[in-house]
Parts: sequence; structure tokens; C-alpha cells
Amino acid sequence: MTPTSETAQTHSANGAGASAEPLLSLRNLCTWFELRRWGFGRAGTVRAVDDVSFDLHAGEAIAIVGESGCGKSTLMKTILGLHRPTQGSVIFEGRDLSTLDPKELQWYRSQVGYVQQDPFGALPPFMDIRRILGEPLKIHGTMNESERQKRIYEVMEEVRLTPVDDILPRFPHMLSGGQQQRVVIARAMLLHPRMIVADEPVSMLDMSVRVEVLRLLQGLQRTHNLAVVYITHDLSTVRYFSERIFVMYAGEIVEQAQMDDLLRNPLHPYTNALLAAIADPDPENAHVFRDVPPGEPPSLVSPPSGCRFHPRCTHFIEDLCALKTPLDFEPEPDHRARCWLYQDPPVAP
Amino acid sequence: MAFSDPPVLQIEDLRLYFRTQQGVLHAVDGVSLNLRRNEAMVILGESGCGKTSLTKAILRMLPRNVHTYSGSVKLNGQEVMQLSDEEYRQQVRWVQISLVPQAAMNSLNPVLKVGDQVAEPLLSHYGIRRSEALERVAVAFQHVGVPADFIKRYAFELSGGMRQRVAIAMAMVTDPDLIILDEPTSALDVLTQANIMNVLKRVKQETSTSFILITHDIGTSSELADRAAVMYAGQIVELNDAEQFFVEPLHPYSQKLMASVPKLRQTEEPDFISGQPPSLLDLSTGCRFAPRCHQRFERCESDPELLPAGRRQHVKCWLHQNGDNR
Repeated sequence: MTPTSETAQTHSANGAGASAEPLLSLRNLCTWFELRRWGFGRAGTVRAVDDVSFDLHAGEAIAIVGESGCGKSTLMKTILGLHRPTQGSVIFEGRDLSTLDPKELQWYRSQVGYVQQDPFGALPPFMDIRRILGEPLKIHGTMNESERQKRIYEVMEEVRLTPVDDILPRFPHMLSGGQQQRVVIARAMLLHPRMIVADEPVSMLDMSVRVEVLRLLQGLQRTHNLAVVYITHDLSTVRYFSERIFVMYAGEIVEQAQMDDLLRNPLHPYTNALLAAIADPDPENAHVFRDVPPGEPPSLVSPPSGCRFHPRCTHFIEDLCALKTPLDFEPEPDHRARCWLYQDPPVAP
Repeated sequence: MAFSDPPVLQIEDLRLYFRTQQGVLHAVDGVSLNLRRNEAMVILGESGCGKTSLTKAILRMLPRNVHTYSGSVKLNGQEVMQLSDEEYRQQVRWVQISLVPQAAMNSLNPVLKVGDQVAEPLLSHYGIRRSEALERVAVAFQHVGVPADFIKRYAFELSGGMRQRVAIAMAMVTDPDLIILDEPTSALDVLTQANIMNVLKRVKQETSTSFILITHDIGTSSELADRAAVMYAGQIVELNDAEQFFVEPLHPYSQKLMASVPKLRQTEEPDFISGQPPSLLDLSTGCRFAPRCHQRFERCESDPELLPAGRRQHVKCWLHQNGDNR
């Protein structure tokens, strides 16, 4: 999955570790938000991210899948260092983010590119593209003006925003949605990052350009040996991009597996529901009702006891699911699910 | 459905041009289509192809910079283009056609209880008592799966999916002949999307309403559609039965559009459509899709017409106009 390309370089400030060492690892990460009443009284805690752990190696692409409100954006912001973890840690190249001083944090930000969901909202409307792309280089770099221009042209060519001279003086509103998203990707790539965090990068785009943008990201990932965290609610786009999939529900990762395993053999009832809800173009769809769980994702202030999916689950086990939180079982090698159905020895339903 | 009935909606050569600083923008450029009772038609196309302008033209919700607004719109056989704006409002809007606007879940009034809001078309069009109107709201809520006690809640107390259901209830409360849904599920999560499509299917089965579904999500649209129309640069380039369209579309643009959809249950790689749709300001004389088309030939220099290519198929492409049809 990671071809050794001539262009693949290591741009790390402190030298990369061995390939066995993960680039990013999350250890029991929790990000909770305190709800306040009248400014100081406590009114509860929103457990947006609860006990999430995983490793991400250089050149590896993972996808985090879940509905809105499941905590995937909070998880992403915690990885980016925009939220402080309540417990646990984010470790990048062996260094815990919470121990970094502001200068080291700036280094970290140059190592991690961020591709936002809504390209139009992510680009300042009053800056032309030249200035938008110049800004990160000014803040982070030691480059002079001509070197900066050279780098901007390089990146623009790479994301195929051509002719470059034509596009640089334009403002974001003068570009199409696909072009805007390329500018956002170019901006994320400017500083030679080693990891890209992409938050639903194609959900605001037209179907006809989605694949183009996904392929562009995939190409960048391969040529630069980037680690990618791809966040989405649409499992049908995951197929063309990621190697590992993490399914999130109500702040927790409920299932994780290699992409093919997960799509062929989903274990958790929630993953099953997500897959069943997706319609491929087919005239037969009009004649059948889709089997989707009723209800809405739970409030994260007081999540359901036991398994958080139990109120909507079709495989609910009496006297167990509502009482005890399921453990992270591994019924198949490298395929884990947080569901009592996969307890060993199995429980009678 | 009886074939002798006049179509619920019959559009002939509908045009809507806007005046802009750069010139005249041809948003809807000669659209013709028919829709029968209890039929659902999906209108597909990239953004900027004129899908939303078409709904505005049908519902006569026009901005101030209209340059041209012409053609014929017949509802149940009756021409409505001659009606004055006030007559149109009283006789057509929300009586015969209602709309679930784009991002409907965010278009609810934040200071009104949702029940009162859904009752509004009944009060303003039929002048019935509020208590009676609220009873009908309760029935509509039951249809779309909103709990009855939500009548007294405000929009901000509901989740996105519930608000979308409320917007659908508001469109169907007056029992119109036609409901136009503009991107009804595009801002929702996959599970909620599937739920909303189930709701629409149920409404379609239980009533005789017709639907126009505007979307760029081809997978979701196949959940409801009997007919499919593909729009490109302000014009319809293909009209087809869903049975055929979702399996084997005819127009090269439809084929490319279909091939661009990432599919969950198939391994074939999706492909994108290179190039961009033409600007609606200055349009070429030839086929508007020709610059992006993989099958273009000399005849594409001139513009083909939307002609029958089968019993229920119409295509605007020279490839399908060999004279083997009427």
C-alpha cells in the first residue's frame, strides 16, 4: 500500500523513528466537556470522546466512521491539538502533545495538515489564493519571498490547480467547489506534513467531483508516504481510500477492522445498520423499505447504561446489554467489536 | 393509475433567465416534462445545472432579477401561467403544489411551535379553525412518524431528522397533488436519510400524491423514483423510467454521472467527470455537453433536441437519433 517513491521524503524535524514505531498513537483518550450552569455551577459532562486508543503508522490511511454527534469531530480536534484531552494522551513520534511547549506545538502543526469539511467556510473570503497559501509559509517558514512563491507553485501543480497564474490572483468565491477543496488540500500540503487529517473532505462536493478529490488525496498519500485520518459518515467512499476502519458510536469506537473485513463481514449491529442504510443506485430500492434502527443517537451527557447502542439494537440481550458495558472482544484476528454477542464463550441470546 | 387522467404536472418549454451583471443567465432553458398521478420523478444533475431554479419556476417563487419567464405549466390539465400572482398564491401554492425546500430542517421558524407552523397553510388557505387544523397536523405527524406531543415543541428542541419530518408534514398537510422535495436528505446522516426515505415511500403508498425529488445523490434517489430526469446546463438531457435509468442510462452524461457514484456493494472503481459544466451566461450553439463528452463526433457541433428514444424514453443526444423512432 506504500510504494517507495523517489519523491517520498522525510521532512521530520527530529528524524523519523523506525517504521515499526507508530507515527501517532492515542492512549485511552477521553475528551469531555463540562456543562456549566450560570457560569460556574456544574450541570453535567458531555463525554464526546470516551476511551479511544489506536496506532497510526506512517503511510497508513485510516477512516473513522460514524453519525453526526458521535464524537468524530471532537476526536479529530483533539488529534489536531485544538482540544486538550481530559484523560489519556495523544502521542506523535513518541512525544506526548500535552508536554509540548508552544514552539514545539507549532512544529507539530507543521507536521499535521488539516483538510476541512466545507471548503468555502475554510477559506477566508477577503484573501486571494496567493495570500491564503503564502500565510502558512510566512508563519512557519524561514523561506524568503521567491522560495515561498516556488513552493506555492509546486503545491498548486501537485493538486492540479492549473494554470497556476490564472488561479493565484482569484478569490475563493471565484472558484468551483472542487477547486476550493483543492486549495484547502494545497494549504494542508504546503509545509510537507507527515500526516493529514481530513474531516469529511468530499461531503460538500458534487458527486461528479468527489471521486476526483478522493483520488487526489490518495495520490498525495502514496507519493509522500503520508498518514491519513479520514473522517466520514459515508461508508461508500471509505472503500476507495482507507486500509483500516474505525466505527464510532456515542463517543466510543465500537468496531475496528481492515476495510475489506469490515465491509464483507461487519460484526457490530451498529455497523450492520450503517451498511444496510446505504443505497446503491438500483431501481429495486423503490419497492422495499430499508431496515434501519429506530431512534436517534443518544445524548452524550447521560449515555445509556451498559452498551450505548442497546436501546436501538435488534440483537439486544436481556439482563446483559443494558447493565454491563461490553468489552472490546476480538472474535476474529485483527477485527474487534465492542459487543456482547462476541463474548467467549458465547452467551445465549 | 388511469391513463386517461391528464398528467398532474405538464411543463412545456419552460424558461427562466436571470439578469446579472455579467449578462443573461439561462438557468432553466426550455424544459418540458410530464408527471402522472402518484408518480415520483427524480431530477438529477450537478450543482449549478438549474435544478433548484426549475422548482422556483414551477412554484413561481421568483427573485427580482428575472429576465425571461415563459412557457407553459399545466396542473391537472389547467394552465397556471396566466394566473395573477395573487390567484397563483391562493389556488396553486400549497393547495396543489407544496415544497420541502433545501435545508428545510433549518428553515423552520424558531419562535413558533412546530404544530402551529405546520398548521399555517391550513389556516391561511382554507380558513378553518385552529383546533381543527391542529387535528389535521396530528394526522400528518403520524404519517411521517413524529410523536404527537411534538406539536407543542419548538424547532430547536428537535433533532435534524425530526425537523426534516416536520417539514415534510408541512408540505403534505394540505393534501396537495404534487410535493417538490429539494435535496431532502443531503444534510442528514445515513441512518436518518434511510429513515426519511422510508417515510416518503410510505406517504407515496398511502396517498395519491406525486413527487418531484431534486437531488445529486443518485443512490438515495433510486429509493423513491419511478421516473428520472437528468439536467445539464439548464436543459433536460434524458427522461427515462427508473427501471431502465438506474441500470442502463442512455445519455453519455447520465452514464458518466452514474459511473461517478461510489458504490458500496460493487468493486468497480468510480470515475469522475473531467472538466466543468459550461457557464450559463454564454452558451455554445452545439450540444452543451460535447466538450466533456467521450463520444462526441461532428454532429455535436449543432444542438440535438430532446426526442423519443423508446416508448418512455427521451434523450437529447445525436447518438440516439438515428431515425428508428417516430
